[in-house]
Amino acid sequence: MKERMILDVSRLPLHATGTASPTWWGTCAFMLIEGSGFGLVIAIYLYLMSLAPHWPIDAPPADLWAGTSLTAMLLASVVPNIWVSRWAQQRNLKKVRLGLVLMSFCGMAPLVFRAFEFPALHVRWDDSAYGSITWTILGLHTVHILTDLVDTLVLACLMFSRHGDNARRYGDVEDNALYWHFVVITWLPLYACIYWVPRL
Amino acid sequence: MTIEPGRSAATDAGPNEAELERRLTQTWSSQRGFWGAVASVDHKVIARRYIVTALVFLALGGLLALAMRIQLARPEARFIDADRYNQIFTMHGSNMMFLFAVPVMEAMAVYLVPLMVGTRNIAFPRLNAFSYWIFLAGGLLLWISFALDTAPDVGWFAYAPLSGPEYGAGKRADIWAQMITFTELSALAIAVEIVVTVLKQRAPGMSLDRIPLLVWSMLVMASLVIMAMPAIMFASSTLIMDRLVGTQFYNPAEGGDALLWQHLFWFFGHPEVYIIFLPAVGMVSTILPTFVRRPIFGYLPLVMALIATGVLAFGLWVHHMFVVGLPRLGESFFTASSMAIAIPAGIQIFCWLATLWAGRPVFKVPLLFLIGFIVTFVIGGLTGVMVASVPFDSQVHDTYFVVAHFHYVLIGGAVFPLIAAIYYWFPKMTGRMMSERLGRWAFWLIFIGFHVTFFPMHILGLQGMPRRIYTYQPDLPWGTLNLFVSLSSVVLSLGFLIFFIDIIRSWSSGRPAGENPWNASTLEWATGSPPPPYNFRAIPVVDTRDPLWSQPDELPVTSGLRSDRRELLISSVVEALPEARESSPQDSVWPFWAAIATSIMLIWSIFSPWAIVWGSVPIAVTLIGWFWPKGAAEDES
Amino acid sequence: MKAARAALPISMLLSGCGGIQSALDPQGHSAILLRDLILVIVAICSLVWLAVMIVLVWALLRRRDREPGDGQGSDRGMRIWVSGAVAATVLIISGLTIGSFYTTRGLNGAKNPDVTIRVRAQQWWWQFIYEDTDPARNFQTANELHIPVGKEVRVRLESVDVIHSFWVPSLAGKLDLIPGRENVLTFRAERSGVYRGQCAEFCGLQHSHMAFFIIAESEESYRQWAGAQRQSGAEPVEAETSAGKAVFAARQCAACHTIRGTAAAGTTGPDLTHIGSRRTIAAGLLENTRGSLAAWIADPQTLKPGNNMPIVPLSSDELRQLSAYMESLK
Repeated sequence: MKERMILDVSRLPLHATGTASPTWWGTCAFMLIEGSGFGLVIAIYLYLMSLAPHWPIDAPPADLWAGTSLTAMLLASVVPNIWVSRWAQQRNLKKVRLGLVLMSFCGMAPLVFRAFEFPALHVRWDDSAYGSITWTILGLHTVHILTDLVDTLVLACLMFSRHGDNARRYGDVEDNALYWHFVVITWLPLYACIYWVPRL
Repeated sequence: MTIEPGRSAATDAGPNEAELERRLTQTWSSQRGFWGAVASVDHKVIARRYIVTALVFLALGGLLALAMRIQLARPEARFIDADRYNQIFTMHGSNMMFLFAVPVMEAMAVYLVPLMVGTRNIAFPRLNAFSYWIFLAGGLLLWISFALDTAPDVGWFAYAPLSGPEYGAGKRADIWAQMITFTELSALAIAVEIVVTVLKQRAPGMSLDRIPLLVWSMLVMASLVIMAMPAIMFASSTLIMDRLVGTQFYNPAEGGDALLWQHLFWFFGHPEVYIIFLPAVGMVSTILPTFVRRPIFGYLPLVMALIATGVLAFGLWVHHMFVVGLPRLGESFFTASSMAIAIPAGIQIFCWLATLWAGRPVFKVPLLFLIGFIVTFVIGGLTGVMVASVPFDSQVHDTYFVVAHFHYVLIGGAVFPLIAAIYYWFPKMTGRMMSERLGRWAFWLIFIGFHVTFFPMHILGLQGMPRRIYTYQPDLPWGTLNLFVSLSSVVLSLGFLIFFIDIIRSWSSGRPAGENPWNASTLEWATGSPPPPYNFRAIPVVDTRDPLWSQPDELPVTSGLRSDRRELLISSVVEALPEARESSPQDSVWPFWAAIATSIMLIWSIFSPWAIVWGSVPIAVTLIGWFWPKGAAEDES
Repeated sequence: MKAARAALPISMLLSGCGGIQSALDPQGHSAILLRDLILVIVAICSLVWLAVMIVLVWALLRRRDREPGDGQGSDRGMRIWVSGAVAATVLIISGLTIGSFYTTRGLNGAKNPDVTIRVRAQQWWWQFIYEDTDPARNFQTANELHIPVGKEVRVRLESVDVIHSFWVPSLAGKLDLIPGRENVLTFRAERSGVYRGQCAEFCGLQHSHMAFFIIAESEESYRQWAGAQRQSGAEPVEAETSAGKAVFAARQCAACHTIRGTAAAGTTGPDLTHIGSRRTIAAGLLENTRGSLAAWIADPQTLKPGNNMPIVPLSSDELRQLSAYMESLK
């Protein structure tokens, strides 16, 4: 078939940024998948609760301090996370490097408290369905923290390498920041479920 | 849109056509040899693998069905014993749903969507390669376990507690559950790719109201996968946890619940039906206009019907649980919602009939299968309305009536359009036509064979024959009909055999097809058959729904994409206005290694929870290898 | 045919334990209502299908030479037809929804049933417990339920292990038995007769062989039967049956089975107090004769592979005596 040139795209930018970027949409799609997963565990938590004569089953409500500290820490980490995202938008390599190192610590610190959250439940995963669902919720969220932490660490290494100063990398940093926001936001309803719903 | 002079860099504006094609081929082809093939990220190569693998699973699943029919032909037959039979019907269902139907529909999407929206490769092509290897590993896991006589024997639905730690002995149920994880992982990956390809990579001017209906249906299907699959992944993972580390999700003695499994399974399982069916109706809406020589009637209602079906799909799951003893109010709601799904289905049927009415039908094989689809699917839809009624369902649930119903929906509603689609797009995929003569034989044998096989099952069900029984006693009045069904299934198999023979024969020696053998209207027909690795020499520009019909002699195109690195055009979500030139990843072996590492972790985790910890280390390593820039032109911007 | 002949001895054992099992042959209040609903819905849906097929054939075969091509006019006409068809669809499914709602209401049994029976399903047989206000008058049967004709019968459905489904199509629609939950089904037989039921939810290896019979009989015969079932197991009078009783006590039979009036009080297997009075054994698998009893006791794993009854090695004399004893437990 004969072709007729009617549009020249050679002046278009070589990398789509922000919501124009396919990676951004891909990240959103994965967040939707995982968001459905989190929604589902909350629904299952409430479903099991509705069946049980007493909730929690054969256990006191979970101790608050570890989970609450972790929540506070996650909320605080939102601030540097916004900074990193902004620095990446400005393509400021030095600040992005600094920010990623900072965010790596913001990813590691909650893990310490998470280690105390499991015993704070006062129930084992195989004691009852209550134990199973609470351990699963904590485990699932921990996997998300870990995933983003590894991603942040790898990105940090990348930004210190010769591949760092590149529009594509800055896009990756922004998407990584977006994902960390997701990890923080999804924790809030989970925190409410584990720590406050049994106290209602 | 203005015409601007191209830059001096290696773009597609400068050289003549032959030189441009040479450069694009060099940039986009995979390397030769085994590792080149393993590393390929070309959506067409991967989709072809997917389709062939899925068709192999279809043939194997069909053999299982024949084995069951031999066993059921006579009362108290001894052809297959109870244990093997339970494995076989579990395998048949799981294989057909998870290894054939969903993957083949997604594979069609992987092949067709990038071509139909006019782009050079699917979004996230390495993820695409990864997804195929994961799918293959899941399929091998299931079939190797069957060969070793340790296949799952708990049904494709694996109801707890039968599948739980107490009653499901050995590792059979774990193999089923982990096969689910494999296939869902691959399905989710493809869903993400399709959503992003459709939303961000459409040819300039292909606004949302100009997307081919097949692409719309794949978009809705991908959204369903994204929302529904997490439920089954959660279900299969918790089942393994119950079995391996003693969690109590499905144990009523410790606060768990047997029905929780059913809620989770069907919250996925019902949308699953539409994940299979919606691509099929997209195929119908896309193929039909070509063979009636007229644009589809009711584009907008058809799109709305697709979306409405997708939304309603999440409000139906309880109709698989009408006899578990749920509160009456819930039953009424789910009866109403299950009935309501007939409305979008009706809209589609009526629009197709109107298109047929207004057009001038050309009775080629694809159209025959579409007609067979309408005849059959309407029956399946109507029996669906029947089982949506709680009292009606209380008599036919878990009987051969339901077996008949869902085969009418799945074979009549999805496999018939799929066969039509294979006849229709085979010339595009291979460059060769399939045989019109063999195709007609295949059609009549499959169509008649299907009805004589499955229609009597409605009656068997009403006569009280339950599903999933490996035999029945001679004094029950089911013998004659069962024998008839078994004999009929031979006719059906013969039809499929001819279809497979036609595929194999035509692939090597079919008549050459040319670019657009059917004189169709969508973009995939504007390039070579089979398409070159870069799909389009120049990205088309679209200003109607049927671009090749509105301007039959001339294709408006863009210029300015580089030819010395893999580059595609990113466009806006609604209007499809060009936004950026984005690079597309090069071939890589890393997705293959990542899939191997993931498979090892998943299979190991059937046996030890520590697999999750230690198994994730190689996965992380392979993922870093996958994403770490190699200094290629595609990595930079 | 050769394969069929090879299986002949078994099918001879199997013959003659009939009973109606069909939704199309209803003999109970619920099943009759359901049959009527099924016929109405099937009739309506068949008409819909026929209408669609007529339009389809017409659309495919109609003469087209008079029309100059597809103009806007025909599109407008089609729009009206399609809208009309969608409206008709909405009307029909609304009608069917309302119809099925009212049928469900009609199925609601009386508040005070005349008979209540506990059903405990297990892999792969049915335990039926007739409970009385006075626990001493309780008795149980296996795979055979007697009910008075014309009376409201309520069954309380429980499962001991996995999910099963209670289904007697000639009397009522099915309802699942789910571990950890209790479901209640009420039904009424309108005519006396023998109705076959079968587990309808896949429950493992021998799901296919988990049948039971409901014997609907006159109030009087029902009372007689229940009175007889309340008695302890018959004392053997002949030498052979006495010897059989001794074998039963000496071997591990009593670990799983109960015969009231003897020391045997196992609860994992069916209560055998009146096994001789039952029409079938092994959950509807075999007609209850001395020969089939002997065959079953000798080798239950060949007749119903995977079931929970072990092979107990017996001499041929012991087998003969034991099956005679079983048969005598009327």
